[in-house]
Amino acid sequence: MSTAASQKRGFGTVLWDYLTTVDHKKIAHLYLFGGGFFFLLGGLEALAIRIQLLQPENDFVSAGFYNEILTMHGTTMIFLAAMPLIFAIMNAVVPLQIGARDVAFPFLNSLGFWLFLFGGLLLNCSWFLGGAPDAGWTGYVPLSITSPGHGVDFYVMGLQIAGAGTLIGGINFLATIVTMRAPGMTYMRMPLFSWTTFITSILILFAFPALTVGLFLLMFDRMFGSAFFDVGLGGNAIIWQHLFWIFGHPEVYILILPLFGVFSEVISTFSKKRLFGYTAMVFATILIAFLGFMVWAHHMFAVGLGPVANSIFSLATMAIAVPTGIKIFNWLATMWGGRITINSAMLWTLGFIPTFTIGGMTGVMVASVVADYQYHDSYFVVAHFHYVIVGGTVFGIFAALHYWWPKMFGRVLNEAMGKLTFWTFFIGFHLTFFIQHFLGLMGMPRRYWTYLEGQQLDLGNQISTVGAFFMAFGVIVFVINAIYTAVKGEKAADDPWDGRTLEWSIASPPAHYNFKQMPLVRGLDALWIEKMEGKGRLTPAEPLGDIHMPNSSFLPFMMSLGLFIAGLGFIYQVNYNWAYILLFGGMAIMLGSMLARSLKDDHGYHIPKDELEREVD
Amino acid sequence: MSHDHSLNPETMPSEPEKATQEGKNKFIGFWFFLGGETVLFAALFGTYIALRNSTADGPTANELFGLELVFIMTILLLTSSLTSVYAMYHLKNNDFKKMQLWLGITAILGFSFLACEIYEFTHYITEFGFTFRSSAFGSAFYALVGFHGGHVTFGMAWLIALMLRNAKRGLNLYNAPKFYVFSLYWHFIDVVWVFIFTVVYLMGKVG
Repeated sequence: MSTAASQKRGFGTVLWDYLTTVDHKKIAHLYLFGGGFFFLLGGLEALAIRIQLLQPENDFVSAGFYNEILTMHGTTMIFLAAMPLIFAIMNAVVPLQIGARDVAFPFLNSLGFWLFLFGGLLLNCSWFLGGAPDAGWTGYVPLSITSPGHGVDFYVMGLQIAGAGTLIGGINFLATIVTMRAPGMTYMRMPLFSWTTFITSILILFAFPALTVGLFLLMFDRMFGSAFFDVGLGGNAIIWQHLFWIFGHPEVYILILPLFGVFSEVISTFSKKRLFGYTAMVFATILIAFLGFMVWAHHMFAVGLGPVANSIFSLATMAIAVPTGIKIFNWLATMWGGRITINSAMLWTLGFIPTFTIGGMTGVMVASVVADYQYHDSYFVVAHFHYVIVGGTVFGIFAALHYWWPKMFGRVLNEAMGKLTFWTFFIGFHLTFFIQHFLGLMGMPRRYWTYLEGQQLDLGNQISTVGAFFMAFGVIVFVINAIYTAVKGEKAADDPWDGRTLEWSIASPPAHYNFKQMPLVRGLDALWIEKMEGKGRLTPAEPLGDIHMPNSSFLPFMMSLGLFIAGLGFIYQVNYNWAYILLFGGMAIMLGSMLARSLKDDHGYHIPKDELEREVD
Repeated sequence: MSHDHSLNPETMPSEPEKATQEGKNKFIGFWFFLGGETVLFAALFGTYIALRNSTADGPTANELFGLELVFIMTILLLTSSLTSVYAMYHLKNNDFKKMQLWLGITAILGFSFLACEIYEFTHYITEFGFTFRSSAFGSAFYALVGFHGGHVTFGMAWLIALMLRNAKRGLNLYNAPKFYVFSLYWHFIDVVWVFIFTVVYLMGKVG
């Protein structure tokens, strides 16, 4: 199946292959295209926001529609763009880096993707079904309880389904890294990206259930008449804020830690040096994750939790600057005295360091309670979190894509277009967001539809909008680059960057079983060790033998489709009885597929040894 | 892997649930899943503790709860955890019939627990007018205890499906991990109930 059959395939075959695949490399492609689509959508929403704010008292969009765009921009970018793009990189890279043939749960891996996609589609169906959610991406009650129409219902059901997919993905990576590492790959020999994936997955595991519960409570209140947030019946609106931020703060570390791993790989490879302070980097990651769970109430300084609570959360927040600083200095020290190559991946990394540092410093500023009373809900906060999330996460995703594109697709992205994307996006980013610090300090509140003339806010907003178009231009160039590369890009060598880790020891793109023989890992930067000792390739840890592979399955698609239909049912049973057909029908499809999965044995298949022998090395 | 794995007691590995790579993955992955479930219930407990006195002039915890029924439910569920341990003991000795027997007893105890819970909820609704919608306390109570009841229901469906599916073919290294992770799940449900018993019912009567 891996030789002649894969040569020429019709569109239908390819489609069916992707609908049923359990191969982590193809699931990475799916996450990339799904996440990329939503990234473009969220970008369009951002442009609409910036056009609306181009001049005072503008009416490019109506006030109500502005609330919808604003809510959907935040929700889409966090849950439907950043998360899946990170999962794309994890799926493409982690099994290769730890020397595994696949993830621990290939079936669940596929299920996680389809849940994300159907959750995202359900959320975006709201545009066509009476209006999108309009209570902000944080969905604070009582605003989200009293929001009329079904917008917030789509938010609840869409995020619930997508969130379940994320949780499944997190558990999958945890189990994969615990049980599937190649012989000799001890924890302290794992490349840093695998380490940060591991820690991130722990964060996902312990953070997402809080969101699950929060969304359930909101769903019960909106659709089934319960009284969690109904003050008249004794409800309490602050519960939502706690649950949301107990999830939400770890979430921002979920968004950044994997990219810290990416930058570590990129800097080390292109400086031709072992990562400076590897052990310190690992422990700094663990420390950030640990502290990340202790700081959620710093989003709630203005709620009035009292001086003691505010002080504790303020101090814990400032403490996170320490491990983060350790990381910044280790990256600088890795480059110090290295033989540095500057290409697109490295440019994004170099752009990240000062940008993220600025975001970190404003982070310490807003961590101070007294000062935060001034910054709270102003554009200062908007500038701060875009500096860390765009400057960290988005820059990191671009760096990762340039770095691993050859491994994912077998072709190298065009350098000239890569550099054009970087410079336009980088300049556009700082134009857009640097000025917003000052707009915030001048009193411009976040989330407002418009502002008045004569408050000295005009020029700042104009600069900000111009910057947004620079960023859009950069993204368009990247999309053109991806298409151009697919059509006539340079074929990638197996090891185009003179890499250090296991993924560069196999073909680009790898065979569907990844490693013909499991590699023997003899230390950190396993491939580099072999290169330095003149061998250039890894010693196999086992004789050539049959390879066990998992079967493809259509059930993950069916389960997710079932939940999608049931989600529509939950939303519309509030006013229509026919919606119960959707509700029960959807649940029946989902549970029936689960039962089918449970009852039917799935032993996978074997690639026989002689077929492997016939393939050229 | 597709051939039969039926093993006799002599050839059965000492930990059949972890004897294959797939089994090991399932074992580890399921423990992680239970870690996530812990946070889920922790969030529900937190919500309940915050709202347990918000009765909106409706019945209070002290008026509602009767410890006799709750005591019976606790005994039923704790015993079912014990019987599932016996089942796992026979799994490790590859005594399939006895394993099925103890799992069957586990199922009977689980269903009895559910019956009690349904009676309990009906009683609150019909006698006291205490519903999911009547107060924030009601919402929090039914959400927490209901989530636990939902887990018990799902566990019962899971157990019955497992028992019927494998009734004719006995144990092998493919299905042993499936039985084993069910027992992990069942113990988890039991532990959650111990906390519900304490936080909801005892604190409701005393606190």
